[in-house]
Amino acid sequence: MGYESATHSAGLLGEKEKMPRLVLAMAAFALAIGTAAAIAGPEEDRLKVVNYFKNKYADIKLDDYTYGALVFDPDARAHYDSIMEFPPFAAQLEKGKALWQTPFKNGKTYADCLPNGGRMIAGHYPMFDARQGRVVTFENILNACREANGEAPYAYDDMDTMGRLSAYARTLSDGMRVDIKVEGEAARQAFEDGKRTYYRRVGQLNFSCASCHIEAAGNRLRSERLSPVLGQATHWPVFRAGERLVTLQNRYVGCFRQVRQVPDEINSPRLNNLEYFHTYLSNGLPMKASVFRK
Amino acid sequence: MRKSFSAGVGLLFVATLCAPAVLAAEPAKPPPGKGLVFDSSKGNCLACHAMPTIADAEQPGDSGPPLIAMNARFPDIKALRAKIWDATASNPDTFMPPFGKHKVLTEEEIDQIVDFVYGL
Repeated sequence: MGYESATHSAGLLGEKEKMPRLVLAMAAFALAIGTAAAIAGPEEDRLKVVNYFKNKYADIKLDDYTYGALVFDPDARAHYDSIMEFPPFAAQLEKGKALWQTPFKNGKTYADCLPNGGRMIAGHYPMFDARQGRVVTFENILNACREANGEAPYAYDDMDTMGRLSAYARTLSDGMRVDIKVEGEAARQAFEDGKRTYYRRVGQLNFSCASCHIEAAGNRLRSERLSPVLGQATHWPVFRAGERLVTLQNRYVGCFRQVRQVPDEINSPRLNNLEYFHTYLSNGLPMKASVFRK
Repeated sequence: MRKSFSAGVGLLFVATLCAPAVLAAEPAKPPPGKGLVFDSSKGNCLACHAMPTIADAEQPGDSGPPLIAMNARFPDIKALRAKIWDATASNPDTFMPPFGKHKVLTEEEIDQIVDFVYGL
């Protein structure tokens, strides 16, 4: 296609002797465009964001973005470190562990159902499932285990069940590096859908996710630092004020409300695609689930 | 005579007690725009803008420029109002919400905020 249009436009010039060279030049140009198009994609999107933060905050090590907004504030980081020595949410994690270990009625457990016994796998999620033709989150596979073993699925917004189960199960992947893959056209479309949600300005206050977490990341709103998109998907759930369990998609809903936009439901295709794009941007960063946040 | 004298002293005493309260209430009344500027559900200007000339503008954010010397920066007050009404009109990439265009504030509230901000 590129080559055809190149020869056609060269023909229009009607200069026969110059044609071969011109055709060659234009073909080379078309090839260059084609190569650029092949490069443009999820990895280019991620590197653009990584380089943006490298340029803006040259002193911050990439891995430290796992700490979210705390990377900008050594005092807040010290406060976090001391709280994490004896986390006030330990009892909730214990309850999550009990949910994880208690066998289903058929005697099987989550560990029997999940790949690698459920260890060091959370960094692969959200995953695009080509067979189902949709993005599958880590919480989706926990519920899939339940249903495959004859149990009713948990509600995604129920923090006493799904929240605690996810809070414990994700700790089994602490230290794993995020490794999200976007392979094939359908996966690419889901990624692009998430990207559109991320960059689209919405709500009465007219903010996109990127407004606060890329452009203004590290700035303060009153006294609160805006967290950076890098590493943002690596440390969920969080326990706000030490006790209140908040999953990543709960937080999305909170963000939409803050900009005065009616949020989509947790586990909706839009939020799952958003999580897919959002998590991809943290590829390579270490995971650390169930942490304290103010 | 004696009785009315003591009653008079009593009245004077009460009046003296009340006077400082009455006097203090007068200058403490802020201009209406200031309340809207500080209110986190209205203008919430402090979320992004410092106001170096206002003593109680504490812990401001830093996503927008400090609000100072506004009448020098906006010789035409209408340009300041337009900025608050819809900052995206003059800068599509701005961080600032379009307070008038998206009806975050009423036209009257914007007028009051402009009056206050213009004096900074």
